Amino acid sequence: MELLSGADMIARFLADEGVEYIYGYPGGAALHIYDALFRQDAVKHVLVRHEQGATHMADGYARASGKPGVVLVTSGPGATNAVTGIATAYMDSVPMVVLCGQVMSHLIGEDAFQETDIVGVTRPIVKHSFTVRHPSEIPEVLKKAFYIASTGRPGPVVVDIPKDMTSPTERFEYVYPKKVKLRSYSPVMRGHTGQIRKAVELMRKARRPILFGGGGLVLGKAAEKFTQLAQALDFPVTTSLMGIGAYPQTDRQSLGWLGMHGSYEANMAMHSSDLVVCIGARFDDRATNNTSKFCPTAKIVHVDIDPSSIGKTVRVDVPIVGPAESVIDEMLHLLEQHKADPDHSLNDWWKQIDDWRGSRVGKLYEPAEVEATLKPQQVVEAVWEITKGQAYVVTDVGQHQMFAAQYYKFDRPNRWITSGGLGTMGFGLPAAMGVKLNYPEDEVVLFTGEGSFQMMLQELSTCQQYDIPVKIVNLNNQSLGMVRQWQDLNYKSRHAQSYMKSLPDFKKLLEAYGHVAMEVKKPEDLQPTLDKAFAIKDRVVFLDIYVDPFEHVYPMQVPQGAMRDMLLSKTERT
Amino acid sequence: MRHIISILMENEAGALSRVVGLFSQRNFNIESLNVAPTDDPTLSRLTVTTVGDDRIIEQITKHLNKLIDVVKLVDLTEGNHIERELMLIKVKAVGAQRDEVKRTTDIFRGQIVDVTPSVYTIQLTGDSDKLDAFIQALGNNTILEVVRTGVSGVARGEKVLSLH
Repeated sequence: MELLSGADMIARFLADEGVEYIYGYPGGAALHIYDALFRQDAVKHVLVRHEQGATHMADGYARASGKPGVVLVTSGPGATNAVTGIATAYMDSVPMVVLCGQVMSHLIGEDAFQETDIVGVTRPIVKHSFTVRHPSEIPEVLKKAFYIASTGRPGPVVVDIPKDMTSPTERFEYVYPKKVKLRSYSPVMRGHTGQIRKAVELMRKARRPILFGGGGLVLGKAAEKFTQLAQALDFPVTTSLMGIGAYPQTDRQSLGWLGMHGSYEANMAMHSSDLVVCIGARFDDRATNNTSKFCPTAKIVHVDIDPSSIGKTVRVDVPIVGPAESVIDEMLHLLEQHKADPDHSLNDWWKQIDDWRGSRVGKLYEPAEVEATLKPQQVVEAVWEITKGQAYVVTDVGQHQMFAAQYYKFDRPNRWITSGGLGTMGFGLPAAMGVKLNYPEDEVVLFTGEGSFQMMLQELSTCQQYDIPVKIVNLNNQSLGMVRQWQDLNYKSRHAQSYMKSLPDFKKLLEAYGHVAMEVKKPEDLQPTLDKAFAIKDRVVFLDIYVDPFEHVYPMQVPQGAMRDMLLSKTERT
Repeated sequence: MRHIISILMENEAGALSRVVGLFSQRNFNIESLNVAPTDDPTLSRLTVTTVGDDRIIEQITKHLNKLIDVVKLVDLTEGNHIERELMLIKVKAVGAQRDEVKRTTDIFRGQIVDVTPSVYTIQLTGDSDKLDAFIQALGNNTILEVVRTGVSGVARGEKVLSLH
């Protein structure tokens, strides 16, 4: 029998659970745990410069790997600083376990130093939370936390650990719990066969069908199956912003992603379709536009692991609750039986789609010539080319995020890492670091803007300490581009607070942290600078690229309109 | 429409706040709520009455079911059920009023459970409409204090909400 203190149990459990890195910041209530981590070397701790950075690092890792990211913070401000990162993970269903120190149990409720009711604060933004009540419970509580975070619809789990639970003087039996049973939690393992059969019937009869994949395909490791399904059916494929990469975007069947800034052809096809087969997306407002005008002629099949996602915003004709992979598997199996089905001609539909697609060729944006200001879109395209479409692409939030999503083409899942649901500015840098740390051989590119980047730039120091050579592409338009765009469109160009009046000298700033920085101001300098930057493999390289501050992201759906109601440029609309 | 949702949940610290928090977080409505441990001390039974159209009620039950602390739930209003609420009501009772209040209490099959020279405290059980009717029958000027437990309920017949 092995006797360990609560703190040692935590370190030991993380090692037994296969956790390689945890991200955190020490403080009074977490110090026993930090001491335990110091005395072992199986789990490596990454010291961030702000707890929000720790949560985004863990999040980036989780999105790239599919495994829960682990965060360790102290009580009070340590924990409240983590809140934005927890909310970010919650909105995008990212598996995460956040261990929070807490004041001694006998002090809880007395407004002790650095006390915050973090379980209360985070209640609406976690999948579940635990407070450790006795050190001997620690292995079981942690196992439950990891199990809940990573199964079903994943999400963040907070574990609140009062300091006396980790006291080095009290030891208890430690056994790694291989399994955990929760009587009130059993994620669904497969969909209802009758419903799947109904869905397949609709799929066989549809004349204008479209497959709509979401982040659930990425989280549920079902991208490959989804691709098989799409190809077996010859359906056009679109995805949500979170579903990017679930189907190869360079393939003929891909229409790109849909929604507010989605592609013209995807939004047109959705609106005109007679069947939408949605797998693992939640029909949020940025995807559907006005739900009362959403896909007026379509029947809707909705597959989701979370029953509450179904019927939440749009009416659904065939709801299927289940994990994407197993449901698609059953669909494929049923389709196999109808292989020689002759009445499955989608020629007219494909012709229509190709017309839509063709009508936009060469009209997406006007690349800048010599001596003009670079367009952000062409920067993204150039980065796509130089990385051969193979990089992990992380973004912050705003125009640059939409341009990256539109012009970087993803052929694989887990490579597109963005804060979609919460839209957290500052997410990018730490998330990119979390990816790079765990995939050191791969190229990790962060697209950011001056606004977002300045929200988490303290993590440049962490990059230096742990040698995390991410590429940072700063699409510098000297303003909060997306805010400015909305102000142009809705507030007669009254640019209230959307202008960054005093930008730092990014070159000096990056150099102060020991990193490499390069500046691009003219189109002709773009390619040579990219070549130089991407030849450097062992340093953080920051590319400060000046782009047109007046550029807007298009298409842009018209507020309260249908899917097909879009502005296509500053002068055209559908 | 009014629904009575009855929930079996873990009798643990924080469980109640998760249920209540869910309602405010998602803008769902709570008309009444009561909660107490069951014969199995690890489980609590919580009953909430709420109002909403079918889509809202479906969302409420789905989101409740997602809470890790919620073991099982039933929407009692989907079938035949019994609902009861208990009310303690303190009323002025002086002079001729004393007899009048006593008579009304008898008609509603309530009990006077505490008496002073000027006050009756009456206990009454029934569904919410009956309790409302009693309050109306007494009239505002005699009522000093009203305490209601909120609705509890159970399905009629063989159906039970239990672990197994």
